Amino acid sequence: MTFINYASREINCKIVYYGPGLCGKTTNLQYIYDTTAPTAKGKLISLATETDRTLFFDFMPLELGTVRGFKTRFHLYTVPGQVFYDASRKLILKGVDGVVFVADSQEERMDANIESLYNLEENLQSNGYDLSKIPYVLQLNKRDLPNILPAEEMAAELRRNGEPIHEAVASNGAGVFDTLKSVAKQVLNELKKS
Amino acid sequence: MTDAPIILHEPQFQQLRHILNKLRLESFSRVVFLVDKNGQQIAAHGEVGDLDTTSLASLAAGNVAATGGMAQLIGEKEFPTLSHEGERDSIHICIIGRVLLVVVFDERSSLGLVKLRVKQASRDLSVLFKEVERIALERKNSEESIFAEITDDDIDSLFN
Repeated sequence: MTFINYASREINCKIVYYGPGLCGKTTNLQYIYDTTAPTAKGKLISLATETDRTLFFDFMPLELGTVRGFKTRFHLYTVPGQVFYDASRKLILKGVDGVVFVADSQEERMDANIESLYNLEENLQSNGYDLSKIPYVLQLNKRDLPNILPAEEMAAELRRNGEPIHEAVASNGAGVFDTLKSVAKQVLNELKKS
Repeated sequence: MTDAPIILHEPQFQQLRHILNKLRLESFSRVVFLVDKNGQQIAAHGEVGDLDTTSLASLAAGNVAATGGMAQLIGEKEFPTLSHEGERDSIHICIIGRVLLVVVFDERSSLGLVKLRVKQASRDLSVLFKEVERIALERKNSEESIFAEITDDDIDSLFN
């Protein structure tokens, strides 16, 4: 749910990175955090376990600049990927303006991708959203690993409704900003319609 | 479909600041701020200093969401207020419709006083947010959104 403040001329939007455990959601955020100018970002908050697995969410505010005189601020969230954290995932999707699904390209993780994508559709529905109608991007991550599936094969299995697909290697930043730009663009275009 | 956005115009924003300021003074608290349930800070008032209010807003919303989830598991709709007491500083959070009122206070105040003043401010804020929603609906039907003019170039320029 976008928040528009005419008095301080600000637009705030919420983007959620979703996907199976260890697919690289936090790594996406970490890369954005590491490479963004200090003036454009807030703190990266990570509610993680002692072994660095996301427990509740990661959060980072990112200020991109101004559109029509309004400061645009994106609040980026990740969800915990592990299956048993479903209640938390549902909560984090509340009020979402755009979703990035981070798929793990490794062959052995394809089932986990499919399960997580179904889970995303279900959790969006329970919050009153429809995946095919909200700003949405599919990222195929870990393209640098040896045992990956061809992008076409992954797209055939995971693509839902002609959404943009970006290949990425979040650990070195390849495709990370393309993905963010792609979803941010859709969110702002959505604002035009409202 | 996403929820309708919260749209604040100058007069309502000033009114909001006035309510928060009054609450802060009357409750002798450090900082008072208003956050939407999704973690976006709407307004803050008080000794903000180097307090990271953006992160605090997001965590307060996460906190309310998590306890709300627990409430539903035990058959409650939600827990309308939450308090966390520390050695020196404490936080009191109150749910008011779509927004959360967060009060940070120290030994200059007490939980009882904060709760009392928050109750009064909640009533004013409920009225204000009904007005905000009414205006948003009215303008939606009568005016073209200024965001309708956003071009692809405007959006691209954000990333250059």
